[in-house]
Amino acid sequence: MKVHSRSDLETLRADGLSTLYPSRLKISVGMATCGLATGAAAVYDALRDEAAARGLDLMLIATGCLGYCQQEPLVDVRMPGRDRVLYARMTADRARELIADLARGELPAEGALAVIPEEKEPPAGLEPAGGLPLLNELPFYARQRKIILRNCGLIDPTRVEEYVARGGYQALAHVLLDLTPQETIDEVLGSGLRGRGGAGFPTGRKWQICHDAPGQPKYVICNGDEGDPGAYMDRTVLESDPYSVIEGLTIAGYAIGARQGYIYVRDEYPLAVERVTQAVARAEELGLLGDSIFDSGFDFSITIVRGAGAFVCGEETALISSIEGGLGEPRPRPPFPATSGLWGKPTVINNVKTLATVPVIISEGADWYAAIGTENNAGTVVFSLVGKVANTGLVEVPLGLTLRDMIEGIGGGGLNGKAVKAVQTGGPSGGCLPARLFDLPISYETLTQAGSIMGSGGMVVMDEDTCMVDVARYFLGFTMAESCGKCTPCREGTRYMHEILTRIVEGKGTPEDLDLLEEVARWVKTASLCGLGQTAPNPVLSTLRYFRDEYEAHVVEKRCPAGVCRALIRLVIQPDLCTGCGLCKRECPAGAISGEKKKPHVIDPELCTRCRMCYDVCPVGAIEIVK
Amino acid sequence: MINLTVNGQPVTVPDGTTVLQAVRAAGVELPTLCYHEGLAPYGACRLCMVVITAPRHALVASCAYPVEEGMVVETNVPEAATARHLALEFLLSRCPQSDVIREMAAKEGITTSRFGAPPPERADELCVLCGLCVRVCREAIGAAAISFIGRGMERRVGTPFDVQSDACIGCGACAEICPTGAIKMEDQGNKRILHTWHTTVELHTCPQCGRFFVPEPMSFLKEMFPEIEDLWALCPECRQQRAARQWIEQRATSPV
Repeated sequence: MKVHSRSDLETLRADGLSTLYPSRLKISVGMATCGLATGAAAVYDALRDEAAARGLDLMLIATGCLGYCQQEPLVDVRMPGRDRVLYARMTADRARELIADLARGELPAEGALAVIPEEKEPPAGLEPAGGLPLLNELPFYARQRKIILRNCGLIDPTRVEEYVARGGYQALAHVLLDLTPQETIDEVLGSGLRGRGGAGFPTGRKWQICHDAPGQPKYVICNGDEGDPGAYMDRTVLESDPYSVIEGLTIAGYAIGARQGYIYVRDEYPLAVERVTQAVARAEELGLLGDSIFDSGFDFSITIVRGAGAFVCGEETALISSIEGGLGEPRPRPPFPATSGLWGKPTVINNVKTLATVPVIISEGADWYAAIGTENNAGTVVFSLVGKVANTGLVEVPLGLTLRDMIEGIGGGGLNGKAVKAVQTGGPSGGCLPARLFDLPISYETLTQAGSIMGSGGMVVMDEDTCMVDVARYFLGFTMAESCGKCTPCREGTRYMHEILTRIVEGKGTPEDLDLLEEVARWVKTASLCGLGQTAPNPVLSTLRYFRDEYEAHVVEKRCPAGVCRALIRLVIQPDLCTGCGLCKRECPAGAISGEKKKPHVIDPELCTRCRMCYDVCPVGAIEIVK
Repeated sequence: MINLTVNGQPVTVPDGTTVLQAVRAAGVELPTLCYHEGLAPYGACRLCMVVITAPRHALVASCAYPVEEGMVVETNVPEAATARHLALEFLLSRCPQSDVIREMAAKEGITTSRFGAPPPERADELCVLCGLCVRVCREAIGAAAISFIGRGMERRVGTPFDVQSDACIGCGACAEICPTGAIKMEDQGNKRILHTWHTTVELHTCPQCGRFFVPEPMSFLKEMFPEIEDLWALCPECRQQRAARQWIEQRATSPV
């Protein structure tokens, strides 16, 4: 079929509702990359095979990601007439038992995490039962507000019908049939939406500049070149809800006057590439891409470009160069892409999350969106909350929430009850903020003032076992390797800062090194050509600002307070605690541990590489790290 | 026309001028390595950094920044000088053997670098990665025989797979434009060897004197510009002799 009108959308919607809320047993398994990594595929197979063996009538769906990484694989069981229950940390064995229970008409209590409330089409009269909390009342979800991630983990990402059933494509129909391009821009402008790629430039203003710029044709590009270690927001959206991005991109195209869009997605995200390719093909088939969409006379098509793995290609001018077939390296701005971008034509580049937000703004209205968050920082942002925190996962919150709400509220505080020392926001080019600043509200400006950045939304929590010098060195190692090498400060400066930091963690640093480090860091920040170099020193500058005492301990006392830097620690077995079990001796990769069974063992400091394997495996905590 | 001031001195330049061109028009010196008036701005070496204080405060690479009406440019304020000096100090640490870099640094008072020496395998490094060779080959010559390879400190210039290039026409523009003499090229008999690019091209022989004078791959120019057929026929010296002969013969038949 082809979609020509709103009534055709109704047909799709009815079809979507029939699979979203079927009148038979439905099980959805979270099978985005995060779920697959924890074994969701085996769970899926076990559910399918066991149901077949028992002749159980079952609709089995591979859905996307609900964001609660800690609890993956997640399995959502919807039995007609019963509560919709979410099961956590599912295994293949438990999946088979689950099917057996379901075949008897029972919903087992084991592994049940929460009841999923059904917002749009609730089968009437269901009360949460069995003492289970509602999903949105769990501490991890209670403060979240899902706009960008509205469909993630709740729909079959391969079925446009389910996207439509949850309100999808209403916005595009409204824009094409009722609004002019200028009215569309005004709506986005009025919402206060800012670029979710990290820089926070007002999206509506970017569209306006491109709309007003002379030159044809114009282009619109979705930036899905997410490359930060520990961040996976864009990947999740592309894998779990690809149509939201395609709809947002189409609306952007209409607003600025482009007929051609690009989705630039990194090739290291095979599932995202597959999902988005499939979704574009399906949208073309339905006429939701192509000539005269909704018979409006507006033509739009999308080409998918796969990135070849350079972090710098997330920078907009480097990304453009990469699409043009050139070297992935930035060029000086101005001119900005909005006036001279792809092939020298006016081009809008928006992040995946920005575009996924656009349809909701059109549907719900600019005022509705502007009321979420704070003044100048409207709406929601997605963070990947990771590191030494109890609850890890993908979190969407209104701007203005404090770091404390994020880390202690949603994150549940430090891992294993340890005190949280710092948080790093914004990916490898973000800064580390100390715990005493956790009452800062999250916004583009507050994070920048504190020496970090919003970035694309990485949030790495660190506790007392994290060495801040080692952290700075780690992130700098990343930006050094990913620097394209075009401009002198970024190429030579990151290399030299990494050299100094290596000296310091090896116990060879001097107090003068700290001043030199700061001088070079400031130069790289101010003199580099593109955002990569301009932000690369943030981990160094912020740790020097907030954790200078740790640097001084390394260079003056030759001591690593966190007990991380190998050259500055010793591992010793406490004889009164050692039971002589021999586990450390077996596991030691350097063969540095000796001792007779049931007698205290010893570590040869000459052979020991301080890898801490013994520390991790010792069942009685007899290994001491001498700092 | 655009009016701006450079170090307090008013300058008027055409619209579309870069800050660097305005600075030079004002007679103020600024070092550059990656800039060339015949090529598009590149903004890589960061030697031409200046501070603009109006219409907004910014530290910018002057070679790639367009002038604006009422702009106030300062080249010697500490912020700009520090940025230039650190770039020179780092380039000196990268290429301590380059006379050009040493002289450029010395002019700004920098004679040693605090940032160490290159590793032994790059001890004689002369390339500063300004990209002039890559850009002249692509933008001016249209051959695109060389490009950058690798990222960060691994970045270098070469032909695809570091083997003989089919795209190279042996024109030598890369070696000519290189500011530090990093590109090794020599003519041996009827061969032109571009050592740095692992590429050798044949030279065309002058039918009169037998000397080699132009790379054979450049013969495609004859089809593009038929008027140079004559230039191709003889080497510059034989052409000169022929012209002299013709002039003498002309004079002999019609004296002044």
